[in-house]
Amino acid sequence: MTSTPTVPPLTGTITVDASIDQTFRTFTERFGSWWPAEYHIGQADMATAILEPRRGGRWYERGVDGSECDWGRVLAWEPPHRLVVTWQINGQWQYDPDPAHASEIEVRFSADRPDQTTVQLEHRHLERLVDGQALRDGITGGGGWTSLLELLAKAATNQA
Amino acid sequence: MVTNGVEGLGVLGDPTRRAIFELLARHPCTVGELAQQLPITRSAVSQHLRVLKDGGLVVSRAEGTRRIYRLNPDGVTALRAYLDRVWEGALTAFGKAAHAAPIDPEQEDQ
Repeated sequence: MTSTPTVPPLTGTITVDASIDQTFRTFTERFGSWWPAEYHIGQADMATAILEPRRGGRWYERGVDGSECDWGRVLAWEPPHRLVVTWQINGQWQYDPDPAHASEIEVRFSADRPDQTTVQLEHRHLERLVDGQALRDGITGGGGWTSLLELLAKAATNQA
Repeated sequence: MVTNGVEGLGVLGDPTRRAIFELLARHPCTVGELAQQLPITRSAVSQHLRVLKDGGLVVSRAEGTRRIYRLNPDGVTALRAYLDRVWEGALTAFGKAAHAAPIDPEQEDQ
C-alpha cells in the first residue's frame, strides 16, 4: 500500500430524548443556539452560527460586530436522517475555499423510539486539512495554531 | 442521558497536560522552562511529556546538552486531538439543547 496516510476519522454518538424530526431541527435550524460559542474562528466574538437548510448552503458564524466567517458548505441535506457538511478551516484558522482541503462531517439521525433519537457524527478526511503548508507554518510558528490553542485552553477552563 | 462516544485521546483530558500542550504551542521549551511556568516538579513535567510524546502530540530533539520539546509539526495528531475535544464539547451541548428544545406548538398535543 502506497496510498497517502490517512488520519482516522473522529466519531461521536449521542442519544437524546426527542423525536427524530425535532432532533434534526435542533441540530440544523437551531445550530447557533447550542454550538459552544468558544469554538469560533472570527476575530469578533461569535453572536451566532448558521447552517443554511439546503444542499449547497453555507455554514458560517456571525460575529457580534456583524462580520461573517465561513466554516464550510452543506454537501447533503436529507432531513431528518442525514446531513453532510464540509469543515474547511486551515492552519491559520481561516476558511479555505479549496475543496481539496475540505474535511467532511457526516451526521446521521436514527429513531430508537418515537421520543428517542441517536445522533452519530463522523468527522473524516482530516488529512486534507493539513495538506497545505499553512497548518505546518501555523503549528510551528505560532499564529493560528496558538490562537486555536488559546481557544482550547479557554474551552477547557469553561468546562472544568 | 448523554452517551458520548467521541474517541478519547485521554492524553489531553488532563489539565496539566493541556497546560504543557498550550505552552509548547507558543514556543518550544525544555523541561526546566516548562517547570518554571507550572506548579509542578521537573520530574512531573517529564512524566507528562512522555505521555504527550507517546500520544504523538509532542516531539523532542537534543540540542547540545538540552532537550527541546515542541508540538509535533506534522500537526495531524495534534489537530485531531483538538477537534476531538471540540466535538466532545459540541455534542454534549447539543444533547442539552435537544432535551431542552421547545416543542413546536403543533407538535405539543401529545
